[in-house]
This record gives sequence, structure tokens and C-alpha cells, in this order.
Amino acid sequence: MTIFALIIINKAGGLIYHRTFHEGGLQKISTNDYLVLAGTFHGVHAITARLNPLGNHNTNRLSSSSSAGIRPDPPSGLEVLESENFRMQCFTTMTGIKFLLFSDTTQTNVDIIMRRVYEMYTDYVMKNPFYQLEMPVRCDLFDRKLLSYIREMNSR
Amino acid sequence: MSHLGPGKASTSVNGKDQILPAIGGPGGGGGSSSSSGGALRYPSNGKTIYHRPLNRSKTSELSQASFAYLFSEMVSYAQRRVTGIQELEKRLNLQGHPIGLKLLDLLLIREPPRSQTRPLNIITLLHFIKINLWMHLFGRQADRLEKSSDAATPDEYMIIDNEPLVNAYISVPKEMSQLNCAAFVAGIIEGVCDGAVFPARVTAHSVGGKEEGEMWPGKTVFLVKFQPEVLEREALIGKG
Repeated sequence: MTIFALIIINKAGGLIYHRTFHEGGLQKISTNDYLVLAGTFHGVHAITARLNPLGNHNTNRLSSSSSAGIRPDPPSGLEVLESENFRMQCFTTMTGIKFLLFSDTTQTNVDIIMRRVYEMYTDYVMKNPFYQLEMPVRCDLFDRKLLSYIREMNSR
Repeated sequence: MSHLGPGKASTSVNGKDQILPAIGGPGGGGGSSSSSGGALRYPSNGKTIYHRPLNRSKTSELSQASFAYLFSEMVSYAQRRVTGIQELEKRLNLQGHPIGLKLLDLLLIREPPRSQTRPLNIITLLHFIKINLWMHLFGRQADRLEKSSDAATPDEYMIIDNEPLVNAYISVPKEMSQLNCAAFVAGIIEGVCDGAVFPARVTAHSVGGKEEGEMWPGKTVFLVKFQPEVLEREALIGKG
């Protein structure tokens, strides 16, 4: 069980953070390619969010209007992508920031790990007065805490 | 107080509370919420924060997250229109100073009556800061207290905190590496020293990341530099 990498994409599709935790799991690509990857994924994610087999928003609203006006969850789009060699989990926050976690296919508890990563992001990035929203994340504490957490996970 | 009408202010002049006319004075009875349309509003029973017992909030705790967001905004606020890191630290220091002045009184009044006197020499003052002030602000004592080993600077003392609470979520960018946001806490310490009539300059320095600092990357030294007259007085007391 190994976590390979983490990517964070802001709500405009820009890459704001990327880090590899394990050499050899994924092909090495340049920072430029990471930027392209983030932009591409952002587009694909937007498309998958519209491909909702349960029908579009309107019918949802009509059918649920009788049940005390509970709003259905908006379609979330792509969540997991699995291949022979890796598994990619995508988590979208309420504010539209996307966390992509790459792990090997046997990794368990990805949801919990994702939750913890998000928690660290809110703690060490959002509470940092020197971080500007939507800009690349350069926070020592976030790096350090994330690395030690993932290292602990990988060594299990 | 300028928002109060002249008539209202004059009603309380003959009364006892000239300082807080709106609380004690006008309404007399219960429903005296300020109707003058001013910015300040008082609860209808006239009880303000000044009426609460001083010891009630002694053991209560605050959310660290809300403090982190507040402090983050305070740093951003101090950062506006400053030209350098020193000026930024100076502003954070100034934000903390009045807190220290007030905390000295509050913490002393909460002491048992026998030990309610203010600290009279440097060592008791520094212990008061290390133990009482730190316990009140951060829920634990400061990690170490040291006197400068340099013979040329006998007026310098160091209070050491391995991981200051105010810096818990703050990563300082590389181009501002000299900055330590604990300058705010340094301001509080300075306020306590000034309030106890031990005028001093207090600055915060990061020492983590060096030789033994690996274990505590956020380790901070608060350098307390007393004014010469403090040492002079201390020497006289020692002789007496």
C-alpha cells in the first residue's frame, strides 16, 4: 500500500500544489506537464459533472419539490479513476478546490487519508496569513506535516 | 461617548458614575437600552462586560481555530502599508502591549490575597510571566527561562517557548525569514513589564532549524532587555 502523489487544483483549474511521495510509482513529468495535467483534469471533471445518469437538475428539483424542498446534492463529477497500476481519487471541496490523490490499487482507507489531507490544508494553508487565495501553496508547515503523515501511512 | 445627547450626559454628572454615564445614569430602571441611535448598544438590563465577575472566565477556554483566524487577520492587518519586517514586528508588538498592561492587573487580582503584590524584582517578574501569564494565555508554562551568559549584556533575559501557540499554523515565507509573528506575544510581555514598572524592550526571535533546534522548528526566544535604571534599582535593593 503506497501513496504516490498529491495534486491540488484551484477552482479555476490552476495547479497550486503537487508533491510526489514515492519514487517509481508514477512516471516522472515536468512541472509544465503537471500544469497541463491539472488544466486538462479540470476540464474533464467539469464534463463528467454534467454526465449525470440520474437526469439533470430540473427533473430532480421537480421530483423532490414535494419532499419539503430538500435540495439534492449537486452532481459531483469524477471521483475515482482506476487503472492497472494506480488509483486516483478526486475530492472536491465546497469551495471548488480539487484534491487528487494517487495511490496504488491496493491502498485502503483513501477517504480517511483524503479527509486528513484536507484537514491539514485548512489548518496550515488557510490559517496562514501569508497565503493568498488561489495562489500556489508555499507553506513549510503544510509540507512538513503532510510529508510526515504520508510517510507514516506508506511505512505501514 | 460623543454620540450621547448632551441632556443625557448631564443627568449623570451629579451621580456617581461619570465614567460610564450610559450604563449607570439615564434610564434609572430596567429598560435602558440606548435609544439615541448611536453605534454602542447596551443590553436592556444594563449589564455590560464590566459587570461580570472577574473570576468567571478564569478556567474557560477558547477555540484555537477561531483564534488562529483572528490572529491571521491581525497579521494581515499589520502588514498593510508597512515598509519592512521591523516595522511589521513593531506593529504586532504594539497590538500586544495593551493586553499585557491589562493582564498584569487581572492576573494579580486573581492571585490569593496574600500574594497579590506585584513582582518587585526581576526574577519574580520573569517567573510570574513564565508561569502565571503563560498558564493564562496558553494553558501551559513557558519552556525555559535563561539569563544572558554574555557579561557585556547583564540586562538581557530570555524566555523560551518551544512551539508558540500563535505560530501554530503560520509558515513565514522565505523572503521574510527574519519575521516571527510571536512579536505579538513579545508585546504582551513588554506590556506586563511596563505595567510592573520594569520598563523593557522585548523582541521575538526564531531559533528553530539550527543545531539542536531540529526537534522544535518553531522554537522562539523572547529576548527581554531591561532599561538601565531597572538594573540600577535592582542593585540598590540587593545592597539594602
